[in-house]
Amino acid sequence: MEKVYEHKLETFREYLESIDVEGYTDEQRKSLLIQILHKAQENIGYIPTEVQKLIAQKLKIHVSRVYGVVTFYNFFSTKPRGKYPINICLGTACYVAGANLIYDEFKKFLNIEPEEVTEDGLFSIHPVRCLGACGLAPVVKIGEDTYGRLKVSDVRKIIREYTSKENQ
Amino acid sequence: MCEQIRIVLRNAGNINPENIEDYLKNDGYLALAKALESTREEVIDIISSSNLRGRGGGGFPTGLKWKFTMQAKGDEKYVICNADEGDPGAFMDRSILEGDPHSVLEGMTIGGYAVGAKKGIIYIRAEYPLAVERLKNAICQAKEFGLLGENILGTSFSFDIEIRLGAGAFVCGEETALIHSIEGSRGEPRNKPPFPSTSGLWGKPTLINNVETFANIAPIILNGPDWFRQYGTKNSPGTKVFALAGDVKNVGLVEVPMGTTLREIIFDIGGGIKGDKKFKAVQTGGPSGGCIPIEYLDTPIDYDSLQNLGSMMGSGGMIVMDEDTCMVDVAKFYLQFTVDESCGKCTTCRIGNVRLLEILEKITSGNAHLEDLERMISLSNVIKNSSLCGLGQTAPNPVLSTFKYFEDEYKAHILDRVCPAGICKNLIRYEVIPQNCQGCTACARVCPTQAISGELRKPHFIDQTKCIKCGSCYSTCRFNAIKIV
Ligand SMILES: Cc1cc2nc3c(=O)[nH]c(=O)nc-3n(C[C@H](O)[C@H](O)[C@H](O)COP(=O)(O)O)c2cc1C
Ligand code: SF4
Ligand code: SF4
Repeated sequence: MEKVYEHKLETFREYLESIDVEGYTDEQRKSLLIQILHKAQENIGYIPTEVQKLIAQKLKIHVSRVYGVVTFYNFFSTKPRGKYPINICLGTACYVAGANLIYDEFKKFLNIEPEEVTEDGLFSIHPVRCLGACGLAPVVKIGEDTYGRLKVSDVRKIIREYTSKENQ
Repeated sequence: MCEQIRIVLRNAGNINPENIEDYLKNDGYLALAKALESTREEVIDIISSSNLRGRGGGGFPTGLKWKFTMQAKGDEKYVICNADEGDPGAFMDRSILEGDPHSVLEGMTIGGYAVGAKKGIIYIRAEYPLAVERLKNAICQAKEFGLLGENILGTSFSFDIEIRLGAGAFVCGEETALIHSIEGSRGEPRNKPPFPSTSGLWGKPTLINNVETFANIAPIILNGPDWFRQYGTKNSPGTKVFALAGDVKNVGLVEVPMGTTLREIIFDIGGGIKGDKKFKAVQTGGPSGGCIPIEYLDTPIDYDSLQNLGSMMGSGGMIVMDEDTCMVDVAKFYLQFTVDESCGKCTTCRIGNVRLLEILEKITSGNAHLEDLERMISLSNVIKNSSLCGLGQTAPNPVLSTFKYFEDEYKAHILDRVCPAGICKNLIRYEVIPQNCQGCTACARVCPTQAISGELRKPHFIDQTKCIKCGSCYSTCRFNAIKIV
């Protein structure tokens, strides 16, 4: 995880250095902020404080300003997500169909808490409100794929599908 | 039978949007050439006498806006294209940008010439990657052909266009918020005046128009204002693109002359209501708009008529609702959207809308009293009158319009504790109709709480203490044996 992060950070640093702000007015420099944040979100997957500081230095603005902008827009997040974010529906129908058992199994098998990411950076777990697929309860959405009528025993199988896809 | 007229969508679907030559073959950039041979005043006169009004929702006369921006003093000026289309259920601008990007570039360039700007910016949602790709490609090709950049078509006029991405904030569609966002700040609106035409991007005079507005420019310049005014109504000439969606048979984009009636759009073009259910209301204007009931289906639509009905033209989203829709629930849906998207600058919008939503929740859960309705109306008026930007000022419209036309439905929730449309979960029950039940067990198998019991080929039974009202059994049963009461 550390290494993966360092590598991504390096990619972003290189991008940041490649931007030439010499001769820019204050206004022109500041107006680059959102485009740079888009790049950070794309490169690193989220925008940690460390990165916000780097950007603030580059654009010669206070880091609180960067933070203010990051938290205003829905597109930017300050916490990492896995490559395959696992959204577990805890709406009523799913809950009574045993979603919390599924939820526990994901946490146990991946050895992470909600909103955390696995060491390999592949998975993160996010409890969500009703996904509107009550007939398929309990429902889990991984990336863009939806899984319905899940049983606790399916959890390991599904995770293995993703890890073996990664190892190919 | 009414006809669709394609002005804005003239090329979309007929040309290859990735090839400028296709656009050129269809009279592309002829309007720009014609404009560059005229004076700036002549160009603005044509737009003014065409009576074109802004398609971004407000309907402000475009010619007047151009004139103000031209007259404003400033060494530098900007042209901005608002492509932040954020209304849920609206995709007109996206289709124009993806299907015919040059029509927008040409309109912006003509605008730049008319107001005296050298630089254009398209502010587009990050959620539209294909549109962004096509625009980038179109800008490159236009530069190669000398239609953008220095000395366009050999004249002394130079104009360049840049793309800026939004970052998922609905309020950034408001023009002053959008400008703050381009400047690299939080997208919070500010007080007007000064209007962007005098003090916009970096304090410079700025012309800001919607995608569809710009797409109308080239045909108007080319064919003249009289040609344009033959379509539509006196006060709102031309066409409007609508995104027709909801419980209607044919969903999709339609472009019709202003003044077409709602009935023609929904029944002639849209083919009527799905599943031959009854029409209940049509929602226009997104979260700022309202719901229009059956009595007004024959209203010819334009900016003013919709406003008189308590709704809005908005950007052109049109959602048709059938008899199974609960109007209080609809109001709640739109208000939830506003609550999520309020920028938080004004107390009435930030907190008032949350309180308003709580009243609606009280109503749909069957815990409200009649006094709550009075509170709902007076709070709505406070929010409308004391919020800074259009988002707050129009946020209560879905509530006020549904209350105006469907007061009985609000009262039924409160006095009789029933939801007439059978939507609000706290106020309904699912029951088996024993005469219809074939005992196929399909419902029992889908029920997530095992609330349904019964033997094969014998009528089933729902245990109300276990039922969570998810509706799965209702949509699964093939024998109409489950009813909502
Ligand atoms: C909350 C809010 C959201 C808006 N969203 C949009 C939008 O998505 N697209 C748009 O063109 N105009 C939007 N507008 C209107 C713009 O502020 C502005 O009036 C419009 O871009 C002007 O262009 P026009 O004269 O061509 O219509 C919005 C306004 C408000 C108050
Ligand atoms: S009305 Fe709402 S969205 Fe508009 S400025 Fe005020 S708080 Fe922000
Ligand atoms: S509504 Fe849902 S929970 Fe209730 S009986 Fe039907 S399937 Fe079961």
